[in-house]
Amino acid sequence: MNKFCMQISALSSNEAFVRSTVSAFCAHLNPTLEQLEEIKTAVSEAFTNCVVHAYSRGEEQTIGVEVSLEKDRASIIIEDHGKGIEDVEKAMQPFFTTRPEQERSGMGFTLMNTFMDSVTVTSQVGNGTKVVMTKIIKEGD
Amino acid sequence: MQIEIIHQPNKLIARLAGELDEYSAVEVRKKLDWAIDLAVVQNFIFDFSGVTFMDSTGIGVLLGRYKKLKAKGMYVHITGANGHIDKILNTAGIYTIINKIAK
Repeated sequence: MNKFCMQISALSSNEAFVRSTVSAFCAHLNPTLEQLEEIKTAVSEAFTNCVVHAYSRGEEQTIGVEVSLEKDRASIIIEDHGKGIEDVEKAMQPFFTTRPEQERSGMGFTLMNTFMDSVTVTSQVGNGTKVVMTKIIKEGD
Repeated sequence: MQIEIIHQPNKLIARLAGELDEYSAVEVRKKLDWAIDLAVVQNFIFDFSGVTFMDSTGIGVLLGRYKKLKAKGMYVHITGANGHIDKILNTAGIYTIINKIAK
């Protein structure tokens, strides 16, 4: 097992850094370029969700990012300690968004599900949201 | 993200280059809307050849611009998306409303 974790400010300017760092770490498993792109997109979706929805404006808060690599898989945890999601099942429906006026597509969770092998979301109102995603990367895939 | 607006007979091409995410989207919307507001042509083409990364924020940006262009009676096209971005556009159903054309 090879592991890496960080706490980083919930700022949209950190999105590129977070997705690049996670995918660079996952490169240890020798994934294909396509798999790295898929990981990048899924991480970007999860991290952006935290930045946009978890905290109130002006609140200085952080997002936890944790990656564990095992022989054939990368497990990625993106976690905030913000306001939480009332109805996770509803939030994960394609095109569901609480902010249509900001041109949000509501496709974040759909893309995470499309590109990762498993996505588990646990959330508690007032306590935050944790997204656990797994990507299987087999040797010679 | 860089955006270049190219005028051609009867069409405007918005050539995007770089990464399109929540952070860059604010500027992208502003620049594209400026071009759309001034446009007096029939076709608007989003050229994604130079886009190296896009997430669902990009879907929202495209849908928002599509509405504006449609309201002006313009035809909207998209070209040059790489394999991964093509998959994202497909998953979100973008190609059911925006015409995909060859470069």
